[in-house]
Amino acid sequence: MMTPRRRRMLTVTMIVIGVSVAAFFALTAFQKNLLYFYTPSQVANGEAPRGYPFRIGGLVVAGSVKREPGSLSVRFEVTDGSAAMPILYTGILPDLFREGQGIIAVGQLDEAGIFHASEVLAKHDEKYMPPEVADTLRKNGQLPVDYQEWQKK
Amino acid sequence: MIAELGHIALIMALLMALLQGTFPLLGAAQGVEVWMRVAKPAGRAQFLFLLVSFLCLAASFVTNDFSLEYVARNSNSALPLYYRIAAVWGAHEGSMLLWALILGLWTVAVTIFSRSLAEEFLARVLSIMGLVSVGILLFILFTSNPFERLVPAPNDGADLNPLLQDFGMTVHPPMLYMGYVGLSVAFSFAVAALLGGSLDSAWARWSRPWTLIAWVFLTCGITLGSWWAYYELGWGGWWFWDPVENASFMPWLVATALIHSLAVTEKRGAFKAWTVLLAIFAFSLSLLGTFLVRSGVLTSVHAFASDPARGLFILIFLAIVVGGSLLLYSLRAPGVRDVARYGFFSRENLLLLNNILLVTAAGSILLGTLYPLVLDALGLGKISVGPPYFSTVFAPLMAPIFLLAGIGAMFGWREAALDRIWRRVRYLLPLSYLVGIGLAAVAFEGSDFKTMAGLGTAVWLAASTLATLWNRVRLRGHWVAGLRAQSPSTYGMTVAHLGLAVFLTGVVLSGRFSEEKWVRMAPDDSVTLSGYTFRFFGTEKVTGPNFVAQEGKFRVEREGDGRELRPQKRSYRVQRNPMTEAAIDPGWWRDLYVALGEPMDNGAWSVRLYVKPFIRWVWCGGLLMIAGGLLAASDRRYRLSVRRIALAPERSVATKPA
Repeated sequence: MMTPRRRRMLTVTMIVIGVSVAAFFALTAFQKNLLYFYTPSQVANGEAPRGYPFRIGGLVVAGSVKREPGSLSVRFEVTDGSAAMPILYTGILPDLFREGQGIIAVGQLDEAGIFHASEVLAKHDEKYMPPEVADTLRKNGQLPVDYQEWQKK
Repeated sequence: MIAELGHIALIMALLMALLQGTFPLLGAAQGVEVWMRVAKPAGRAQFLFLLVSFLCLAASFVTNDFSLEYVARNSNSALPLYYRIAAVWGAHEGSMLLWALILGLWTVAVTIFSRSLAEEFLARVLSIMGLVSVGILLFILFTSNPFERLVPAPNDGADLNPLLQDFGMTVHPPMLYMGYVGLSVAFSFAVAALLGGSLDSAWARWSRPWTLIAWVFLTCGITLGSWWAYYELGWGGWWFWDPVENASFMPWLVATALIHSLAVTEKRGAFKAWTVLLAIFAFSLSLLGTFLVRSGVLTSVHAFASDPARGLFILIFLAIVVGGSLLLYSLRAPGVRDVARYGFFSRENLLLLNNILLVTAAGSILLGTLYPLVLDALGLGKISVGPPYFSTVFAPLMAPIFLLAGIGAMFGWREAALDRIWRRVRYLLPLSYLVGIGLAAVAFEGSDFKTMAGLGTAVWLAASTLATLWNRVRLRGHWVAGLRAQSPSTYGMTVAHLGLAVFLTGVVLSGRFSEEKWVRMAPDDSVTLSGYTFRFFGTEKVTGPNFVAQEGKFRVEREGDGRELRPQKRSYRVQRNPMTEAAIDPGWWRDLYVALGEPMDNGAWSVRLYVKPFIRWVWCGGLLMIAGGLLAASDRRYRLSVRRIALAPERSVATKPA
């Protein structure tokens, strides 16, 4: 049997140990899994890292989507209104992917400056735009009018 | 007209909630019995008005009243009746009304099933629920009113989001809300006990069944949500660590900790202050979850900017609920004394460990979910936290829980006899791992460390849970008598912990052995995956009530056993969004899953094929946990004690000198 005092000490010690172990795991995992967001212009200015994954977003440039026949590879460009970024993706695009739509891609830059996407995200609402994309477009004065109206609702 | 009636009923409900939130509380403080008696009728009247209001909104949907902005945005005259009703909670405003209605439902339940509670205590509980309701109703009326008119009224509505036109999504929100709001009962009990200074085991015994039922609903809601994401999103996954999912998982983790620590408080009178704190956190996280998901904060921090009133209201309300209850806690908790003494190796300490792990897990999810939001709000950059973060943090935190959940109840209260426990499990432990590793190696040809460890742990968890039950059963001599003698609580715990083992098995096996292929398939192409041959026969056009679809025809064969799968790519007439409807052949041991991607040249399609072994076990684990929770809540102990308490005042009345 323990006295309440010893028990409290034990409780506190257990909590401190538990929290520090968890904090250690959390922070290490956090560091490894943080994905930063860059706009096509930032990438064009060389601000984005090479060989390290990040997210990029913008509007899919009209007429830029090209499929490679016989495979699932797709090439397209995204723009934030001032720069466009070529993206290569192999796989099945989300239902709402289309030209003019705001999307986010997760992946890495290669030596040639092409973004190899491992994932392409488009949300399930035709007028929805990832907030990062909307922000950048607003700064560049390129935000589509129907999106502004949609957001007002 | 109907809408105005609903609006007025909503205002009346607010007035009732105000009555319910003030007089009984003041009455309890001043000892004015008449004021305390306001609580019950006010609570019931509030529920009636909310019901009227809710039915009015439902009627507006059924009659296609597109002059209501909310109806116009979320319904359409071509929408089937069933979904028109479900559309009531399809978006922010209506779902907040559902939230308020469910709070009313719980309030009525408390007035009915807690007749035996001391009048003063019941008055406080109902009052606090009333105050929560005041906050929610003010929020609805001032920032999210579903009865707002639209001038001029459109001819037809913008339709319900096609993703929500599905059975799973219609029952998921009410279940989840029953859970979220049910935790308000535990919260109110805790705050009432703090106010009255009556933090004792009777309080814990009253709280337990309520908390269990709320937990059951929460588990049910999360399981449904996960199942829906699996078959509706077309990606074959069951959990994405999406912020929206995390918002429901955090209160679940804390509520799980709460039902375990309530056990200690009831049986041993220990952890009182901690249990109260958990009850406060569980409900606060439920509130946070509701708001995060429904206010649009998560999809865009800038939803705050588009409607600053809503965001500000949420922050103030959360600050009042969390801040107020924590302030009360800090004033009252130092006076709470735990009288129980216990040794290091005791059930008390194991349950403490359980609590620490669960709360830490909830904390790490909170960090991963809120950190990007905070950073963005402060203008410090835009980041997102990838799913690997959550799995990395989660595995080491959950491992001790899986290892100890089974034998925890073998440990005695106060002081466990370690040598006796060791004698009971010394063969079981290595045997379980041998079976697990053997299964992994032979049945699944998987020899990697993770699969073996995971499967071994699942077997051990199940075996030790059953061993704990057997250990109690054999005390009675004959096993039939022993089984009969066990309380529903014991069975509840056993079933829920078995559910955990089943869940773990599903997670390990579906995670490790799922196979997928993304391919381009022309008609008459066939692809082999995990021994199954998928043959594609082309697509044809089909028409639904409010959509047209391309329906693919596939035949999947293995060793002469064949079945047909018909996945669709739908296009809804109003919203024009393409939607993937996966076709699934479910099974105990494996699911076959086909989803259409995009049409390509010459009738070919890009196609996603999956073979997912043991994926059903993930949700079966959830179902077992639900069954366990219900069993535990049905324990006669809770009703018996209520009856005994009910008798007590009568006796004291009888002995009172006239």
